[in-house]
Parts: sequence; structure tokens; C-alpha cells
Amino acid sequence: MFEQIIITIATAATPLLIAALGELVVERSGVLNLGVEGMMVMGAVSGFAVALTTGSPWLGVLAAIVVGALFSLLFGFLTLTLVTNQVATGLALTLLGIGLSGMIGESFVGQPGVKLGAIYIPYLTDIPLVGRLFFGQDPIFYLSILLTFGVAWFLFKTRAGLTLRSVGDNHTSAHALGINVIGIRYLAVMFGGACAGLAGGFLSLVYTPQWIENMSAGRGWIALALVVFASWRPWRVLAGAYLFGAVSIGQLHAQALGIGIPSQLLSSLPYLATIVVLVLISRNRRLTLINTPASLGRPFVPDR
Amino acid sequence: MPAGNRKNITGGVVQTSLATSGPTLLEVRGLTKIFGTLKACDSVDLTIGKGEIHALLGENGAGKSTLVKMLFGSLEPYSGEIRWNGEAVRIASPSIAKKLGIGMVFQHFSLFEALSAAENIALSLDDNTPIGTIAAKAQALSYSYGLPLDPFSMVGDLSVGERQRIEIIRCLLQTPDLIILDEPTSVLTPQEADKLFETLERLRSEGKSILYISHRLEEVKRMCDGATVMRHGKVVGHCDPREETAASLARMMVGNEVQAVVRDPIEGMDKAEPLLEIRGLSRKPATPFSTPLRDISLNVRAGEVIGIAGVAGNGQGEFFEAVSGEAIQDDAGTIRIRGNDAGKLSITGRRMLGAAFVPEERLGHGAAPRMKLSENLFLSRYATDAKAFLGAGGLVKEGAIDAATQRIIEEMDVRKSGRDPEAAALSGGNLQKFIVGRELDRSPTVMVVNQPTWGVDAGAAAKIRQSLIGLARSGSAVLIISQDLDELFEISDAIAVMHNGHLSKPLPIAEATLEQIGLLMGGAEPGHADHSMEAV
Repeated sequence: MFEQIIITIATAATPLLIAALGELVVERSGVLNLGVEGMMVMGAVSGFAVALTTGSPWLGVLAAIVVGALFSLLFGFLTLTLVTNQVATGLALTLLGIGLSGMIGESFVGQPGVKLGAIYIPYLTDIPLVGRLFFGQDPIFYLSILLTFGVAWFLFKTRAGLTLRSVGDNHTSAHALGINVIGIRYLAVMFGGACAGLAGGFLSLVYTPQWIENMSAGRGWIALALVVFASWRPWRVLAGAYLFGAVSIGQLHAQALGIGIPSQLLSSLPYLATIVVLVLISRNRRLTLINTPASLGRPFVPDR
Repeated sequence: MPAGNRKNITGGVVQTSLATSGPTLLEVRGLTKIFGTLKACDSVDLTIGKGEIHALLGENGAGKSTLVKMLFGSLEPYSGEIRWNGEAVRIASPSIAKKLGIGMVFQHFSLFEALSAAENIALSLDDNTPIGTIAAKAQALSYSYGLPLDPFSMVGDLSVGERQRIEIIRCLLQTPDLIILDEPTSVLTPQEADKLFETLERLRSEGKSILYISHRLEEVKRMCDGATVMRHGKVVGHCDPREETAASLARMMVGNEVQAVVRDPIEGMDKAEPLLEIRGLSRKPATPFSTPLRDISLNVRAGEVIGIAGVAGNGQGEFFEAVSGEAIQDDAGTIRIRGNDAGKLSITGRRMLGAAFVPEERLGHGAAPRMKLSENLFLSRYATDAKAFLGAGGLVKEGAIDAATQRIIEEMDVRKSGRDPEAAALSGGNLQKFIVGRELDRSPTVMVVNQPTWGVDAGAAAKIRQSLIGLARSGSAVLIISQDLDELFEISDAIAVMHNGHLSKPLPIAEATLEQIGLLMGGAEPGHADHSMEAV
């Protein structure tokens, strides 16, 4: 029972974690992409469609990643090359993604999908209590943990990560030092898109292997909130994602136990928790300011 | 620099070309840069020899920064030629400049506040040296030049002087042949500046060339081997600064005589009533990078000008906010204007008591950039001048506002295009004249100004300074916060120094010396000057 709950929490947390890690890298480069929800849902529909037509869930995962990255490229072109407003463009990307995915996925509604199965390692997976938890989950779960480690290592231990953070801290200075601000931001935006796409693919290939319109159901927004919640630190994103995963699974169990609270209120718990945490965090200004990318959301036009 | 260096201007010899004695390192011919319709640089010529400290002189907006940005590859020239060691080069980006051996110390620091000193340095080095190695190298180099530096401290927590050290060390680690310094001393205490000059002279003795941009004439005379003077984007002459007087250099920079500021001494100051009283003002830091205020007390009496000196970032901005009412105090008695407790009043409330405030930042703080001058006038004075500017039912009297606007423009000699342009359309100096004039027009009894002439050309600065002295002598209390010591010595009756959120006792101007003020700026206790050098 306990093991089962932990595993369902991990399944709920993984898409949040992957999408939030991608957005964290984007925001560390100084770009605010509010289109996570749209990129996620595009990843979900294309992952589902490719897996269904080819029969291979792995090709579906690949398609989700590629489509997410390509979709974010649209955002990158608009905000970085044409210097449109990042907030408005991000919102538009979300709306476009939801609409477009609904149109693409119309014929897939109700079809049984292809599931990316959990791994099985003889003996290890069979260890009681912790075996399934550590050695018997789906591959994307392990990828998400590796990704957290990788992003933390990249941002804080490598020269490329330092350059990316410098662009997010002060793009004018970075430009004056000869750093290619726009180029780095393009790469960051596409990484964020690929992650959001993968998170979407997880939803339609692992979480519930089917396509339902608007199936990301606000997870993109939670991922955005998580980045702020984690004050732009990868390991805190992991902690936050599991906390939110726990809240959303907890409300399901509470409903099942018949606790006398309206189910709508319980379903809104993760979102309420987001707001509460954001309020608590914004009270500690020092913590937020030191980690906040100072150029976040500010348009950059190099003077030549 | 003595206050009177702009007086008694005599003729200086202006050569149009300068033969350098040693081999030439950098030669610039006909370099031009156009922004829209403005020729920021108009066929500029410049020659720098090896082992030479060459000064680039000019007022704000003369095109100095544009020129050096082209030399460093941050800006692309429209036309012209750059020759490096005799060969024509195209410097398309800062990394090409660095490869050639050109290093730059920026005026507005190009540092990243949320990163450590070592990380900042690493970013400008192209190779993949580990941070630890860079930190060790930077520390060794910084000590060898007497500019101690902690490579792991976060830049956001450092003083301006320390930030400049990082910039210099970062530049030196690239072992450049030419080092460009853009207005390096404008943020330093006099003692820190001396340290910098020693470093520069050592670099010269090592055969490096330095392009030194400044509008401080004394230091140029003291140190530089050659000078190029710019005005309105053009080179107006080359000269040897050691053979010029500060006055003749000033005339080359400005193009005409600058009116000297006159300050009549005042008597019986102790008897005059204090119009602005600050008692035990403390304030917690509002952001991680701001300075707390620590128990500040000060009286400004009718008829006097009090100056507040200090290195940028020692709490002056926070102090101004507390006095002006942008930040409201917990205890109403900490700030008293004309005998009324004002600590809990808003900006408008304090204005209604007869105070006027001019903040440091002109655009976005002192004036709304995209609004007309008349609208900016109304925005700051609708409450204090409600009788004059508002008619029945709260309707705006446009005629009265327009008349007042034109009166201020005429009084302060504000130069502009059109009758009532947007604030952002004015040059910095002219907008500052308008903003100061807007407050003076009310004849305030208390006037508080933060950086009255920052980025303002010499002519406009003299006008603003004279009008502030005039206001005080007509019986008002005037408080000036400035980083420009020359300015404070020119206009203040007493100078107090702000350091790390503390304010020293005001020193009467007759007793104050530049050295003494400089030590206080570096954090010395009055009377304990010996310890101060460690802090500098």
C-alpha cells in the first residue's frame, strides 16, 4: 500500500519535474516562456499519435521531444528575433498549443494508446518494499532524476552553465563581453520546449496511455509556479514537484476514503498549495532576489 | 581638485596633430558612427603609442564612449579605419578585440551581481580554465598590484571600488597591450583613485598602453602623456596635457568659457532656525543589495547648503528615499520639516510643508519620460499648487500650467525642440535643469537634491549649482547629496560624509580638506586617520 502510494506520487510528480526543469533553464537565461502548457499538450498529442501509428512508444517519446522543441522555436523566433512581448507571446503559445493539439488529436480521442511499460530487472525489482520503487518504474522516471542532476551540474559546475546564468543576470554586460546572448537564449528556449514536450509525452504514453483533449490539465502552469517556488534551483524543483505530486495523490485518496469535503475543493488543493507557497516565498525577498535571474522577461536588442 | 579650476581661463595651444615619439600601437583614422540622425562620432582620428597613457577628454555626450565601444568591438563603425600595430583590422566583436590585445574597464560596470568575483572573471576568459585556478590567479595578481580581492565574494555585496578592482583584474588577466579605462575615478574616493594611478603607472612601466577617458582634468594632467579632446562627436585637438593648464583643457572640452560658481560666505549660521531636522533616522535594508541607515542625525538651517559626500552605494539612495517620503518611517519624529513631524507623511504631504525633492534618476523617477514637460510639472505640483493649477470641480487649468512651464524653461535656459516636448526628448542636462527649475519655481523652504549635476555638461551644471546657492541665500535650507567632491566643495557651507549607512558630523567648508573628506569616505573615524588606509 505504502509502496503503491509512493509510486503514484512519483508518477504524478515526474511530468511536473521535467517541465519545470526545462522552464528553469529557460528562465535562468532570462527568458520567461509562459507557453509551457501549450508545449506540453503538443508533446502529448504528437507522442500519442506517433506511438499509435508506429506501434513504438519510444518513437512516441522522441516525437514528443522534437515537437516540443520545434514548437518552442516559434516562441523563440517571435520573442528573441522579432522581440515581441514575452508574456503575451507565451500566453498565445499556450492557447495555440491547446487548440492545435485538439485539432490534431480529434481522430485519436477514445483510441487505446501504446503504453511505455515499467522496467523489470530480475531479483532487484522483486526486493520487497523498495524493489519496485527503485528498480521497477518507467524509464522516464529515471530520466527525470538524471535530468535534475544534469541540470544542476550544468548550471553550477560548467562554464557553459555559468555563461547561461550570466546572460540571465545581465544581458547587457554579457553582450559587452562578447557573449552571444540571443544564441544562448535560443538554445535554452529549445531545451525548455523539449522538456515540456517530453513531460507531455509522459502524460499520454505513461500516465494515462490515451489522448484526451487538453489532457495537460494545468500542469504546465504548476510547472511554471514550481520554478519560482524553487527559487530557480534544480533540486528544490525536485522537492517541489514531489510535494505537489503528494498533494494531488493525497486528495485522490481522501476522496476515496469519503472524507466529507466536496471533491472539487480537494481537486483544487494543488493549485491552492501553489498560491500559498508563492505567497510564503515572496515574503523572503533576499532568498528570491539572489537567485532570481535579474534580466528575466526583459527584451534584449543589441545596439550595433 | 580645487574649486576654482575653471576660473581664469587662459589660452592653451591646440595642436591639430600630434607626433608620437615611440612606435605606434593603435591608429584610428576617420572613424564615424551614426545613430539615426546623430553623428555620435564624426571622422575621429586617434593615435596611441606603445607605453603611453593617452587621455580622451570630452564632456558627457561628446562621443568618447561611442568611440571606445567601437575600439572594443561592442559597436560597429559606419566608416573609417583602425590600424593595430600598423595593420588594418576589423574589430567585429569584443572577443576579436580581446584576441588582438585590447582590454576594457567599463564605466557602467559590466559585472553580474548574482555571481561571484571569480565567476565574473571567468566569463571574460575564453578558455576553459577551472574556476578554482582562475580564483587563485586573480587573487595573486590582485595582491601583486595592491588591489586586494576576495574571489569568492558575491559582486552584489561589494562596494563600487571593489567592483572596479574586479573589472581591472579581469582586464589584466587577459594580458592586454592596450587597456581602455572609461571614467574610472568617477566612483572612487580620492585615496582609491591614487591607488589606481599607481597601478596605471606600473602598467606603463611594463610597456602597456592605456587609453584613459575622463573629464577630470587634474588627474589627466598628472598622469597622461598625450590627450585627444572631443566635442560633439568631433576631435577638436590633440595636445600634451602636461603643457596645458586645467583651464585651457576645460576650454577645449567645453568650447567656451564656463561661468564660475560664486558662493558668498554666510554668517550667524548657528542662530538660524533649522528647517530640516533629522533625528536618529534608521532604516533596514529594503533589498539584499541595499544599505541600512544607521542612526542618522542632521540639521539643515535656513540659508545654508549642506553637502553629503560618499562613495556610491553607501546608503545615499536609501537616505534620499527616507527624507523625500518614498520610504515612510515608523516614527514620525525622525524627520521634521519646518518644525512639523514629517516621518509618516507621504511625498505629497512633505511637499505641502514646503519641501521639494529632486531624485537622482531623471527619467522614470524625476520625470515621466513619455509625458510632456507641462504634464510633468503638473504631476509633481498638482497638490502644492492646487489653487493655481486646478479650477472649479478639479478641472485642470492648462493655460496656467503652460505659463508656468514656459517660465521655468526661460528661467533655467532649458534648450529643447518644440514648445512643450516629451521629457525623454530632452538631453540629460536640459531635463535636469527643467526638473530643478520646476522645484525652484515653488521657492521651497527645504530643498533636497540627489546628484544634482550627474551626467550634466559643465555649462548647465554651473547654472544648477548657482541657482541652488541662490535658493539657500534667500532663506531656504538646501541639502545636496553628491558623489562629485569638486561640486560639493564648490557649493556647500558644510560637508557630511556617508559611509556604510552612517553619516558623519558636517564639517564647515572652511575646515574641510579634500583629504579629510576622502578618508571619511573610506570609512575612517574622524580623528583616527591612521587606520583609514586599511579600509581604503
